[in-house]
Amino acid sequence: MYAQRMSIDTSASAEIPPISEAPPRRVQSLLTGCLTPKADIPPQLGMAASLLVWVLVLAAWAGSTYGGLLPAIFMPTPGAVASRAVTMASDGSLFVHIWSSAEVVLLGFILSSLVAIPLGIAMGAFKLVQSSLESLVNFIRYLPVTAFMPLFILWIGIGIEQRVALIVFGTFFSQLVMIATVIRSVPQDLLNASYTLGSSKRQVLWNVMLPSALPGILDTLRVTIGWAWTYVVAAELIAASSGLGYMSMKAARGFQVDVIFLAIGAIGLLGLVTDLFFRLLSARFASWAQ
Amino acid sequence: MSETLARPVSVLNGPPRLRAVNVSLHYPGHRKSDVGVTALDRVSLDVPDQEFVVIVGPSGCGKSSLLYLAAGLQMPTDGEIYVGGNPVRGSGADRGMVFQSYTLFPWLTVRQNIEFGLKLRKLGEPERREIVEHFLDEVGLRKFENHLPKQLSGGMKQRVALARALANDPQILLMDEPFGALDSQTRSSMQKLLLRVWEHTKKTVLFVTHDIDEAILLGDRIYVMTAHPGRIQEEITVPIPRPRDLSMVMEPEFLTLKRRILGLLHRERDEDEG
Repeated sequence: MYAQRMSIDTSASAEIPPISEAPPRRVQSLLTGCLTPKADIPPQLGMAASLLVWVLVLAAWAGSTYGGLLPAIFMPTPGAVASRAVTMASDGSLFVHIWSSAEVVLLGFILSSLVAIPLGIAMGAFKLVQSSLESLVNFIRYLPVTAFMPLFILWIGIGIEQRVALIVFGTFFSQLVMIATVIRSVPQDLLNASYTLGSSKRQVLWNVMLPSALPGILDTLRVTIGWAWTYVVAAELIAASSGLGYMSMKAARGFQVDVIFLAIGAIGLLGLVTDLFFRLLSARFASWAQ
Repeated sequence: MSETLARPVSVLNGPPRLRAVNVSLHYPGHRKSDVGVTALDRVSLDVPDQEFVVIVGPSGCGKSSLLYLAAGLQMPTDGEIYVGGNPVRGSGADRGMVFQSYTLFPWLTVRQNIEFGLKLRKLGEPERREIVEHFLDEVGLRKFENHLPKQLSGGMKQRVALARALANDPQILLMDEPFGALDSQTRSSMQKLLLRVWEHTKKTVLFVTHDIDEAILLGDRIYVMTAHPGRIQEEITVPIPRPRDLSMVMEPEFLTLKRRILGLLHRERDEDEG
């Protein structure tokens, strides 16, 4: 019996490759991790990399402006933008412009969403609504929003209504299509399960389709409000007497590049804030999907 | 071609809970030249009260379609299905269903999932609580009542789906390969659990599977189905006494039955290829 076991042992050891003497070094495995598609990296490394890119961009900016590489008339120094921010914040004019733009974005976005959400749900849920609207909506969706500005000025004038109309026009059709897609992608199996539990068609819509689609709808809103921020500038460039777009347009006439930078930075920050708002909303009301 | 027309089961205790009479399901082709697909061809079967009836057959034989018709999620091209004597005209809470895919509502906890049908029936909170807790215990998931479906394993999800269907106290429970997506160990333990739960509830069940062992282990009566078009080939009464357990799969009675069903399914495949 001993001999038998021995023979088994030797044959087994012959087949199994020898374990490598030294385990692979940690640095190597980290590098491998970074080069493997979709592989996780340590969170500290990710944060550090993100910080590094910010520092590099700011350093390049500071270096090229303070070093005199770029003329101050085209590229302001970070310090100039910062001090401009302080003066415009202290006299309140910065906030007037911010509010003016935010008002347009919020009004346009809310008006658009109020119609796009129910109509998009109807479009996703009912084939007849989809057939009726889809081709028209997709046609309008690809028309350049800015091309409609002259028309809107002609129709509506140059008040806030015109800017709001532009935001609505820019976001509504995309919202509609995206929300309809979200609704359509609710698994049929969930609807079937709900029917076999006694749901009526109405209850399937309210108790299954809507909660199931909520994360996707919130995501759609998050993405489209970002677009609204880009359209508001275009609207203010042509017809406005306040707002961040107007502020930078006016600054361009006086070669105040620091003001233009400030306006751009403010829009970026506001976009970030609205994005964060919708992320928090998702975390609060649709945490199951995360 | 053997004609499989209405073949009523001799029933001692009243009419069957579910009866399918010459049910056909035909999907039309998309073009003129395309004749379409006959998923079910004049299928008749009975599910007697408090019996566990299994339909076994190869994939594509239309066995799942038959369940969808019984659930009222689809309408047959021809024929009629009766549940409790009434023709099926749509879906309803009287026919509970457990699906092969995971169909728990992902935004609801285990408890809320089981409660879903009870809320539709507008039962009061104390009554709901009592029923939910009974079935949580029945499937052994009391500790997980506040978990979300994404926190559960596949087997646990199907246990919740079973509890959710049973909580509604349906006239008949339709099960569409509910353990088909599970690994074999989980599948065995789910079969054990289902046998135990069924002994408790004596709920009338129509269960669809392609697994012959599963069919014999669970069923009182087995309908063997053939494909293209989907027809009932044979009706078999399982003589193995209850309560049953997994050790029975090696017994001669079990193996004889298994060989017989395998023969039926193979004969069909040979004809298909010939």
